[in-house]
Amino acid sequence: MKLPNKVIGYLFLSICAIISIFPFYWMVVSMTNTSADVTRGKLLPGGHFIENFKNLLQTVDLVPALTNSALIAVGTTILSLLIASLAGYGFEIYRSRAKDVVFNVLLLSMMIPFAALMVPLFRMFGSITPVLPFIGIDTLSAVVLPTITTAFLIFFFRQSTKMFPKEILEAGRIDGLKEIGIFFRIYVPTMKTTYAAAAIITFMASWNNYLWPLVVLQSPEKQTIPLLISNLGSSYSPDYGMIMMAIVIATLPTAIIFFFMQKHFVAGMMGSVK
Amino acid sequence: MNIPKNLGPEKVAKKPAPRPAQSLRLKNTLVGWSFVSLASLLIGIFYFYPMVQALILSFQSGSGVNLSFVGFENYVRLFQDPVFLTTVKNTVIYLIIQVPVMILLALFLSVVLNNKTLKWKGFFRTAIFLPCVTSLVAYSVVFKYLFAPDGIVNMMLLKINLVAEPIQWLTDPFWAKITIILAITWRWTGYNMIFYLSALQNVDRSIYEAAKIDGASAIQQFFKITIPMLKPIILFTSITSTIGTLQLFDEVMNITAGGPGNATMTISQYIYNLSFKYTPDFGYAATVSYGIVFLIVIFSIIQFKAAGDKK
Repeated sequence: MKLPNKVIGYLFLSICAIISIFPFYWMVVSMTNTSADVTRGKLLPGGHFIENFKNLLQTVDLVPALTNSALIAVGTTILSLLIASLAGYGFEIYRSRAKDVVFNVLLLSMMIPFAALMVPLFRMFGSITPVLPFIGIDTLSAVVLPTITTAFLIFFFRQSTKMFPKEILEAGRIDGLKEIGIFFRIYVPTMKTTYAAAAIITFMASWNNYLWPLVVLQSPEKQTIPLLISNLGSSYSPDYGMIMMAIVIATLPTAIIFFFMQKHFVAGMMGSVK
Repeated sequence: MNIPKNLGPEKVAKKPAPRPAQSLRLKNTLVGWSFVSLASLLIGIFYFYPMVQALILSFQSGSGVNLSFVGFENYVRLFQDPVFLTTVKNTVIYLIIQVPVMILLALFLSVVLNNKTLKWKGFFRTAIFLPCVTSLVAYSVVFKYLFAPDGIVNMMLLKINLVAEPIQWLTDPFWAKITIILAITWRWTGYNMIFYLSALQNVDRSIYEAAKIDGASAIQQFFKITIPMLKPIILFTSITSTIGTLQLFDEVMNITAGGPGNATMTISQYIYNLSFKYTPDFGYAATVSYGIVFLIVIFSIIQFKAAGDKK
């Protein structure tokens, strides 16, 4: 009775693991094959890696798109972490009834779908474009601004702050540190792992964001990696080898983060349910 | 998470000691508000203000910037709009098929992986979680090619003689929905599994031992112990999955572009098309977006109620 259960378990896990891994295997292998080989269903590595890479560089503006995506993701991550951790710390350390009400109202924003915000946001940015062109439509700042504050991240920092030993704050006050000094000199260095986890989720979300950049960015030289991939994917006569190369390059940063910081990665994901 | 265990939340959650000086208290109140003010202000500007704007917009109509007030006309149009009703139907189909299938699959996986004697646990866990590292656009394009008429999936199905002719995964209204559901399930099952795995680690194994002694089968243990024990986390993941599915956009846009016809189009995509693809009608698009908000609220309430009633 015991053995069959175990065999079924291994079989089930193996099938799920193969299905999970297969698309990765396929895209990595296809990036080394010609488009014709990919269509033929070739599942072994070929010798066209360099050729596909050259084609990709000639066909699309890969480097500018990577730069745009990196600038947006890094900028978003730094600003988000600062804003959300200040708030999460403030809501927990200076807790009051009024602040709890504000906090709960902020949490409501998690229920608002982005599709509902897209049109009014587009009009908002449209109306400030003549006045402040550097944060208007078709700028990287316009991509960053609406995404730097998420209730989720504030909630995440507040939850983590619950575990923060408040005796240390008192010690800081006795040493004559100002409140903001306590935050930057004591809280931030102590909460390194929380920041790491938050940075990973924010960076990933920003790097992969599609809908808002699609709406707000217009000129080709501003496009981000997801926009570039999406354009490649909708071409009528796709060069599969080359497109798979682009997809692998787009996935590489998040895959590297995942493999090297798996613990923080999972901690960030789970942050919401502590 | 990096704080020593002996300083647990129960020790630090107490209110700070009362301070003698009134002025100091006032100063602290001000400091406290200044910590939270920037984030609150930004959420106000980028979430609540647009929602108010959308509400006002939903009573206006016209193309581009030439808008005029039309009262409830947009809302009347909404319920007679066949495309809107199709997108609601599609979105709800994704929701009621995909979310339960994925959650059950993730639960099964986590239960099997939670077995102490299992070998290569780390490998299986990492492999099944791996789809989460892909961007939605990137995996959607990969799935589009995998499920092409002459793609790998059809090639394999033909080779093992499971089908006589290639399935039209992307161009048949029924199969296109299945493709979308398979894609989302591939991307998110591992994500949900991780939540259940960590919750299962907190479940006392002796409960299972006792059940085994009482003669409960594996299936009975799953439905009578595991599911009730994990109820809060199942509720959490089903609400986040529901909100995610109701907002579905990237996948449909990049796998089927909403086609064939409107057979896979979601509400989010319809809002996008109304605003940026067809002749822009921001007023009506805003009305449709309140449709999603309404659905999110309704489904969240249903799930909370369903979880509460079983108690």
